Amino acid sequence: MKQRIAGREAVAKKGWLRAHKWLLFRRISQLGILGLFLLGPLAGIWVISGTLSASTVLGFLPLTDPLLLVQSLAAGHLPEAVAVFGFIAVLAIYSLIGGRTYCAWVCPVNLVTDAAAWTNRRLELKKNLSLSKSTRYWLLGFIILLCAATGSIVWELVNPVTVLQRGLLFGMGLGWLLIAAIFVFDAFVLRHGWCGHLCPVGAAYSLIRFATLLRVKVAGRARCTDCMDCFAVCPEPQVIRPALKGGEGSATVIASANCLNCGRCIDVCPQEVFSFAKRT
Amino acid sequence: METEQPASSSRRRLLTETIPAAAGAAVLAVLLGGHQQSAQALPPHAIRPPGALPEEDFLAACLRCGQCVRACEKNLRQDKGGETTAPPAAFPTDAGAFVSQLAELGTNAPLETAVPVLRLAEIGSGIPAGTPYFVPRISPCRMCEDMPCVKACPSGALNNKKLASINEARMGLAVLVDHENCLNHQGLRCDVCYRNCPVIDKALTLEMQVNQRTGVHARLIPTVHSQHCTGCGKCERSCVLENPAIKVLPLAQAKGELGRHYRLGWEEKEKAGHSLIPPVLELPMRKPEELP
Repeated sequence: MKQRIAGREAVAKKGWLRAHKWLLFRRISQLGILGLFLLGPLAGIWVISGTLSASTVLGFLPLTDPLLLVQSLAAGHLPEAVAVFGFIAVLAIYSLIGGRTYCAWVCPVNLVTDAAAWTNRRLELKKNLSLSKSTRYWLLGFIILLCAATGSIVWELVNPVTVLQRGLLFGMGLGWLLIAAIFVFDAFVLRHGWCGHLCPVGAAYSLIRFATLLRVKVAGRARCTDCMDCFAVCPEPQVIRPALKGGEGSATVIASANCLNCGRCIDVCPQEVFSFAKRT
Repeated sequence: METEQPASSSRRRLLTETIPAAAGAAVLAVLLGGHQQSAQALPPHAIRPPGALPEEDFLAACLRCGQCVRACEKNLRQDKGGETTAPPAAFPTDAGAFVSQLAELGTNAPLETAVPVLRLAEIGSGIPAGTPYFVPRISPCRMCEDMPCVKACPSGALNNKKLASINEARMGLAVLVDHENCLNHQGLRCDVCYRNCPVIDKALTLEMQVNQRTGVHARLIPTVHSQHCTGCGKCERSCVLENPAIKVLPLAQAKGELGRHYRLGWEEKEKAGHSLIPPVLELPMRKPEELP
């Protein structure tokens, strides 16, 4: 049987640009954010200083990674008001746009794992490792316990998200090995292994789900031809089914907190079933 | 395995999903905990920035954001008109070679180099990843009066409430570790560490001794006083030896500590205003012939 390449049909139908619209926006966002961090040290223009773990935007607005602050608290340190304010600011932003939007639009590891997932699809590697998607939540819990037990922020010793970004901004050291390991794991061991099963940072962001406004809608689900392209590209394919195949009367929006709002399903769908919408 | 049928789908779920997920996560957590235990000790060549909490508390507080490093760079850039040099790898062996290279440049290599002071630990450096430190031999703390690194810290890992001025910083403590190679110990007047001390004559003094080798000359021994030494590392940076005789060490390694029950008699006497023990007891003199 000839392999169906997800997105081919959409390219043929909608044109390359429209079939990659959100992917391109996402790459611009990911690289742009990295660029803003680099603008200070390279050009002396300080739009944002720091790293994704904590930063200051335009010299006044602090941002703090929620998981880092929780770890610091668990380790027994009461942070200063600046870090707490940054924590609240990040919670507020991601409450509106969906916690895991961070994963698709900000996190630099997404560039690596997307490349790995692409490799995995092209090589048609059969699923050969079974790992529950809830592993990340267990890991998240254990990490916070470990912080409390050791009195130290433990996840930052190995956190690939900040290791990669800090590496690009300050010097990588042996961090390349860790990033390469994640690529190999995702490409050859388990598709979407890191972001979809293990990453506790993504798990933490998925818990920010108070008033999410931005959601992917399946308004055109009657047009669905079961080509399965959306399932093939989605980093969290389990989130699509309840909305797309929920049947008459079910909600037409992907409500799962683990949807990354990456919009790749919108890109690859030849029938234009999906669209971004404000949750009503 | 197939012979045993789980009674219900929830039990099947428990056995095939929940338990493996929890156990897998536990395995990773154990590995991480082990790594954490081995990553606690800071190598002696790495010194934390001014105002850093004690190491144990620092590792709970530091968010690894690098804003202190950026503040330090920015300050350096302003002073040096945008010219900064890439730092060498942060290991003591390389540091020696680096300093020699600078020395060969003569007057073009001022003591305070254009090398950024603070750096963020990389994975595999032996220092907890993402935490700030500096290597005094390569780039000592510049002792900025407004302490931009401390101000930039969002979490309080560098605590500005505890520091009224940079002179109160206790990043480490300089120790004249090698008495055999220090030129002043040979009776020469090198004095370079002393001259470069920002807290000269308080943190670092020259103490006169008799030069036993010649019998007629003096030796002026560089002597560090911990109540004033900030641990900035300018003495270590400036030491003319290939491998410096004076080194900044983390406080815990540099300082000794008296037993808590120890009291120095002369200090207690001064505090009380009089001797705390009664005058020497008058004991009867007994001569051998008086014995019964």
